[in-house]
Amino acid sequence: MAFVPSGDIISQIIYAASILLFVVFMLYGQRIQMYVMIREVEASLYKLKFIKEEGRKITIETIKEIGKPQTDPTPRVDRYLEYFTISPQSMDPAGIVYKLDHILDVRDTRLKDEVKIMAPASDEVQVNNLENTLEAAMALNFIYKVVRHYYIQGKKTLSLYVIMQLQMILPLVMKEAEAYASALKAFAYGQPIGDGAGPLVAAKLMHGYETRKLPKDCVVATVPIEGRTAFIIKAEGPGGNVGKPGDAVQAVIEENEGKIANVIMIDAGLKLEGEEVGEVAEGIGAAIGGPGVDQFKIEEALVKYHIPINAVIIKEDIGDAVSPMRKEISDSVDKVIERVKNVILERTKEGDKIIIVGVGNTIGIGQ
Amino acid sequence: MTENNQSSTAASRISTYMLTIVLIILALSIVALLFAVSAFIVGDQVVAGYLLIIGFITMGLSAYLLLQSRKRVANLKIEAPKIMTTIECVKCGFKSIREFQRGDYVYKELDKCQKCDDKMTITAIYKEVKEKEKTYNV
Ligand SMILES: [Zn+2]
Repeated sequence: MAFVPSGDIISQIIYAASILLFVVFMLYGQRIQMYVMIREVEASLYKLKFIKEEGRKITIETIKEIGKPQTDPTPRVDRYLEYFTISPQSMDPAGIVYKLDHILDVRDTRLKDEVKIMAPASDEVQVNNLENTLEAAMALNFIYKVVRHYYIQGKKTLSLYVIMQLQMILPLVMKEAEAYASALKAFAYGQPIGDGAGPLVAAKLMHGYETRKLPKDCVVATVPIEGRTAFIIKAEGPGGNVGKPGDAVQAVIEENEGKIANVIMIDAGLKLEGEEVGEVAEGIGAAIGGPGVDQFKIEEALVKYHIPINAVIIKEDIGDAVSPMRKEISDSVDKVIERVKNVILERTKEGDKIIIVGVGNTIGIGQ
Repeated sequence: MTENNQSSTAASRISTYMLTIVLIILALSIVALLFAVSAFIVGDQVVAGYLLIIGFITMGLSAYLLLQSRKRVANLKIEAPKIMTTIECVKCGFKSIREFQRGDYVYKELDKCQKCDDKMTITAIYKEVKEKEKTYNV
């Protein structure tokens, strides 16, 4: 086609159209881009809504099936999904850990009571599982609401930057939402999740030995390993429960008047993209997530008696951590025990007392 | 329950909206192709060529849109992975694998072993991941 067309009517029309298109894109390009983004966000929002509704439905069905309530639990579940927790004021941070601890305790008690009212026929294990299920539903509800908020705000203001921010983080948000959705199913059925790697190792070490309860939902067993006496701590299973390893470790250290040679913590750790699931790594420090209360308590007790601390982690990504346990993670238990034994042999003497803590949610894992 | 109904009607509204657009584009492409044929019969080959190109492009566009909406529907499903339970007898080592049942947990004691009289224990509960993860060679 010649650059300036002559004669042929069709090529003249096409030439005019292409110039028009060029002008339109120049003037409205950004706006068009924005509409494309809005559509993308909208599609994800629909998916989020679907996931959230599905989660709510599964939760209500599970409550009806396990709890055998007299009345329909739906309105109570809907109210539960809107629960919020206000974290303590941090302007003067001294003593904030115990304030946060208190708030979390109150929350836990309140939610458990609520579950008992919703599902009167459920036992202790099922109450824990239902509480976890409801918390996953709560998280999904919250994610949906926040995304919806920014979507509507973006549409209202038609600001590219509001929508762009949302569109940029959306893949990560969706990944998290999908992880919560599969967590919800696992909790509803009582299946072990990836985060249970720590308790699984502890359970394998303590299986067959007598256990006793420790403060806040933990159990401890005294097990001889390589000529040392090991106190093995995990949250009490098989209900969905992370316990309070901070209080448990403190209690065991105090019982032994600080005469502990080493503390070894086993936990699921976040893997980077490219690392293998179920890889085992070793390090120093209190390997425990959550709001930080337990880590603080453990570190305090360790500093008081100058006890060294080692950590062994099992690598997995956030999706694996909250969805049913993958085979690679389940299979890595023996590798972890091997590493723990190495640490014990290298870092302690025969006759020493050590503490081994399996950190994580023990759902579907007994002892 | 009312909210559920709302969401399902919203979803179907979207799909009919998409379907109308696809149908309109498809009709236009067919019209363009018909014009192309008639132009060819008349002998105007250049016009016929243009119309042919326009016809095929719009047809491709409609097919793409249809596929796109199909994909979106397919995405809207939470897949349920298969969860397996491994049962072992500590005494004789007899091992069996079955699907997960509600109430199973690791280190739960089950009925007697088929071979000896010892109790069997659940030793592992895990999910089989079907597809191998993509590696990036870095
Ligand atoms: Zn046997």
